Amino acid sequence: MLRLNCPFCGLRDHHEFAYLEDASVQMPSFEDTSEKAWFEAVFLRKNLRGVHVEHWHHIHGCRMILRVERDTQTHVISKVEAAHPSFRQRLSDVNDETKLISKARSKT
Amino acid sequence: MGQAGWAPAWRQPEPKLKYDVIIIGGGGHGLATAYYLAKLHGITNVALLEKGWIGGGNSGRNTTIVRSNYFVEGNTAFYEHSLKLWEGLSHDLNYNVMFSQRGHLNLFFTPGQRDAMMRRYNIMRLNGIDGEFLDREQVQKMVPHLNYSEQSRLPILGGFLQARAGTARHDAVNWGYARAASTLGVDIIQNCEVTGFIKKAGRIVGVETSRGEVEAEKIGMAVAGSTSVLAAQAGLGPLPIESHKLQAFVSEPIKPFLDTVVVYGAGHGHFYISQSDKGGMVFGGDLDGYNSYAQRGNLPIYTDVASCAMNVMPALGRIKLLRQWAGIMDMSMDGSPFITKTNLSGFYLNAGWCYGGFKAIPGSGWCFAHTIAHDQPHEINSLLTLDRYAQGRQIDESGHGPFPKSH
Repeated sequence: MLRLNCPFCGLRDHHEFAYLEDASVQMPSFEDTSEKAWFEAVFLRKNLRGVHVEHWHHIHGCRMILRVERDTQTHVISKVEAAHPSFRQRLSDVNDETKLISKARSKT
Repeated sequence: MGQAGWAPAWRQPEPKLKYDVIIIGGGGHGLATAYYLAKLHGITNVALLEKGWIGGGNSGRNTTIVRSNYFVEGNTAFYEHSLKLWEGLSHDLNYNVMFSQRGHLNLFFTPGQRDAMMRRYNIMRLNGIDGEFLDREQVQKMVPHLNYSEQSRLPILGGFLQARAGTARHDAVNWGYARAASTLGVDIIQNCEVTGFIKKAGRIVGVETSRGEVEAEKIGMAVAGSTSVLAAQAGLGPLPIESHKLQAFVSEPIKPFLDTVVVYGAGHGHFYISQSDKGGMVFGGDLDGYNSYAQRGNLPIYTDVASCAMNVMPALGRIKLLRQWAGIMDMSMDGSPFITKTNLSGFYLNAGWCYGGFKAIPGSGWCFAHTIAHDQPHEINSLLTLDRYAQGRQIDESGHGPFPKSH
């Protein structure tokens, strides 16, 4: 059983998540009309044997999309974080605030 | 006395320094390719290099279903050709591959599914492939012990039957091709892993292996699961493939219970089952769903497949599982395979078999041998190219679009 440490919910079983896709694929901008760029983004995959960056959806949990680093040979999950940068930043801010509050509390 | 008088069925030669053709991968596809190269094209100076033992990958990990119920151009002629080869395979190889044309029954549960399948089976019949429509009563007569309850989650409305489809004994297929190829002069070299490619003036002229360097005029690769890894080493670049694992399950052996292959796909349910000659119920369902090179499955699919089984065949509920395993599939971006030349001269690719490599073994070997021998594809595999995506000519049997999840 894979278990993902959701940054919003904590450690949860595989059953709660849906795999989405290879997160290393960068879609071209809509202004980019070159066939080659779109062909490569839509169809070609590095398909790494080793550490793979991917998106999972916590569909039966907080419904957030997560960015996961997982080894495709061993299934070892080395990192789970919010996929969207603004959520990552907000989580980090909240964690900092929590630390400050608990530090202040421990002094009093 | 007893079983002591058996000689090995194929030779165990040391690799030579040079061959006319090297086939990488000793699964069914590689073995069949080597056999047809020797038998049909007179190319007998062939080495087949296998990193483990022959038939130890997906050829030994599948659910042994053989069928040709395809309807998209590119697939129809190919799979029907393969089924015809299956029909004569035991005689051709002089080895009983236990091909049993017990029929393949595709259930449907909604009028929409019925209409989509009716279209598929009508197109098959126009292409000269057998297919029959069965209503609910006919399905009930053929397989009486499915769930025909009115309250069923999936009420059976009918089914489509390909009577010439069936199952075969996977090990016998590998061993039969191996013995026949070896007899014709093919060197089958096991425990010989390809670790790199030897290039001269931009051309691949040989391979580096765990048992030394081997050179060849032409090299064909049939290494489903590991295709992307070796292709990157060869310099083919990223391919339209992801490696995914597909699980299969076998129950404890029971008395004769099911004499056909029963299959369904409905919404997110996907299930196929048959009974082996040893009595085990052999079945499977969906991919685990995430990229993997690990040949072991995961729990969510156990429960998914078990619930699919209980939907249509509740009598299975008390049967114990004997084994479960996973194989690594090349999932292509349209669900269809590649038997093709590449942009590297003298280097040929056989890959992208998704869920369905086993049934394709004879046809795939036949077409791949032709492609290698003549340096051009046969008409039958002329559409199974790598460049079809760039040209907008995907062979998208299930109509799902560019996702590596299709059959």
